[in-house]
Amino acid sequence: MKKTIFSLVASALVFASVPVFAGGGAVLEPPQHPWSFEGVTGKFDKQQLQRGFQVYKEVCSTCHALSKIAFRNLSDLGYSEDELKALAGQYKVIDGPNDAGDMFERPARPSDIIPGPFANEKAARAANGGAYPLDLSLIAKARHDGSNYVRALLMGYENAPHDMKMPDGMYYNKYFAGHQIAMPSPFSDGAVDYQDNSPETVQQYATDVAAFLTWAAEPKLETRKALGLRVMTFLLSLTVLLYLYKRKVWKDVKGH
Amino acid sequence: MASTVYNPNTKGWKEWLDHRLPVFTFMDHELNKYPTPKNLNYWWNFGSLAGITLVIMIMTGLFLAMHYTSSTTLAFNSVERIMRDVNGGWLIRYVHANGASMFFMVVYIHIFRGLYFGSYKPPREVLWALGVVIFLLMMATAFMGYVLPWGQMSFWGATVITNLFSAIPVIGDTIVTWLWGGFSVDNPTLTRFFALHFLMPFLIVGVVILHIVALHRFGSNNPLGIDIKEKKDTIPFHPYYTIKDMYGLGVFLCIWAAFVFYAPNYLGHPDNYTPANPMVTPAHIVPEWYFLPFYAILRAVDFNIPLGFYTIEAKLGGVIAMFGSILVLFALPWLDKHPVRSARFRPYYKWIYWTWIIAFVTLGQTGALLPDQPFYFIFFGHEVSFGIKTITVAQISTFWYFFVFLGVMPILSKIEPVKALPYSISNPVLTAKEGK
Ligand code: HEC
Ligand code: HEM
Repeated sequence: MKKTIFSLVASALVFASVPVFAGGGAVLEPPQHPWSFEGVTGKFDKQQLQRGFQVYKEVCSTCHALSKIAFRNLSDLGYSEDELKALAGQYKVIDGPNDAGDMFERPARPSDIIPGPFANEKAARAANGGAYPLDLSLIAKARHDGSNYVRALLMGYENAPHDMKMPDGMYYNKYFAGHQIAMPSPFSDGAVDYQDNSPETVQQYATDVAAFLTWAAEPKLETRKALGLRVMTFLLSLTVLLYLYKRKVWKDVKGH
Repeated sequence: MASTVYNPNTKGWKEWLDHRLPVFTFMDHELNKYPTPKNLNYWWNFGSLAGITLVIMIMTGLFLAMHYTSSTTLAFNSVERIMRDVNGGWLIRYVHANGASMFFMVVYIHIFRGLYFGSYKPPREVLWALGVVIFLLMMATAFMGYVLPWGQMSFWGATVITNLFSAIPVIGDTIVTWLWGGFSVDNPTLTRFFALHFLMPFLIVGVVILHIVALHRFGSNNPLGIDIKEKKDTIPFHPYYTIKDMYGLGVFLCIWAAFVFYAPNYLGHPDNYTPANPMVTPAHIVPEWYFLPFYAILRAVDFNIPLGFYTIEAKLGGVIAMFGSILVLFALPWLDKHPVRSARFRPYYKWIYWTWIIAFVTLGQTGALLPDQPFYFIFFGHEVSFGIKTITVAQISTFWYFFVFLGVMPILSKIEPVKALPYSISNPVLTAKEGK
């Protein structure tokens, strides 16, 4: 009886929340990649995150900002404090006003947000033929099946089918809704020089940067899953004990 | 079950206080000795689960409010700060966000339990009505809470729902402007929604207290739907139902925690991780899953209703149907006058009940689809479709939703046979025509 009740509850929840896609224009489901951070004990692969950050820094950051991430946050990726200071030092930020009332430029510090490529949305659009290269901080959560989607999108560039006329500045991508995206294919094989022995292929770049963007969207993922394991173990044991105690208390109640 | 008699002359501080303010006598009476039918099944766990969920929501909400900023320029980022920089902020937010879904799941089951076992029937009409008031307050609270993170779905959901009031003839537009505090959903709207979202859970607490007072007047109904006849029928609430409720709570918290730690965004919409943008309409505006059945009823009325002297526009018709679908619950005790409470002993209603549940769940699914697309649902991983348009399915289900209440129940009250009922809870020998 209990079992049926609670499996009912669970299945009702699942049923009620089946994600539904708007009709019109079949949406191509992205291929499923076996991520290291999936599953109950999932963890980020720091080496991969560092490669992903490298791809972001060398490629994506010419168009996309990452406004929720400060240099100090990158310590999650395994960088030391000195490395982060050095990294931040490569960027300039506007600070001020100083005592004379003037704004001034200074090297970034680890506590600064990673500066984006454009001053504002208008500037970003002007440089991209009217399209907006959105902030990538949350992209992995802002799309359905985000990690796989970002990875697929970056690998999804193809020649447009013959019957499809592509407007100027538009590129055919099989995973983008409507298939016409204003972002050119951002890299080709060998575009980024990895320090480790990972293959320098589009597929590897796409996978690494998608992993990095997943971390950027959900930096507490590892903490969450680790704590989850302890909380679930506790709750499940507590529930079993409560069940046994309940049985004991109710033992002598007849006809319930 | 230590039965305590308080003697005002003894020295203890408890007795001293109790003599002046009988809190302990009250608690002893309502929580300890309170006689409860001994045959309550697990469906009776959901009331206490709802109460505990309410407390958890208020506690997590309070901590979120300490870090949240209700200005359109800062709201989205303040939520991200909670997720990234506030100690344990991600946990508090995920507990609260998933808690809303858990709360509705629990309360839906709680309501459906009442519908099946006839808990709305005399003498519990007021108890039931207070429940419906709680449900309405919960919906308002959840709606406004969803607006606060100021993502795309927050903004567009708020726009769609507040716009509904413009369907009211003559004064509609004025009302909408008044609700918004301006000419679109904007900063004043967000700020007042925050204030109201903070307030309303405490109103719910107030109504829950009344709900419990009304409950304790006649005590719980039970799966047999018959009144308590003899002392043997009841057991004291403590320890029997305290431990049973605790066990249920354990199971419930496991489910809740599984969502929080392993699928925290599963029940949410990805679009809400994109900051609100009044210039960009999302491809598909959908409410949270727990509003889908009512959203479907709203959209089901896509035709004008000519009354001869006045034509109800489709939009107004939808709004009336949506609010009516909840308000009709108030009338239930007077629509269903059949003397037997529990569906177990009602040969027809037993089946009608399940057709109503199916209609309600179907409405939920149609609410998630576009009106013009073919209706389908996922059944054990398979897509099932009959090639019928979603709007048609929604209309049929809406009809059945109302017809069960307004048509079937009054008829059943007259024609459904009154079967033999058990003599008492502890003596389940069937006796003919006991009535209540
Ligand atoms: C030359 C500039 C440019 C570069 C470099 C670039 N992008 Fe883009 N990106 C854009 C533009 C412009 C858009 C908006 C496309 C549109 O709306 O059609 C976009 C959109 C996107 C989207 C959103 C797609 C959607 O579903 O809306 C993602 C994800 C994305 N880029 C990821 C990346 C990643 C990862 C990189 C680095 C590997 C990158 N981009 C490099 C210009 C760029
Ligand atoms: C915040 C939400 C609510 C809380 C905290 C709450 C709490 C409770 C509690 C503790 C009980 C006793 C235990 C039980 O029988 O399950 C109860 C009983 C009941 N509630 Fe609620 N409730 C809520 C919402 C509702 C709603 C929305 C309805 C109906 C529309 C409702 C209708 C009833 C009825 C009819 C009973 C008596 C059931 C019976 O004895 O068979 N409640 N409630």
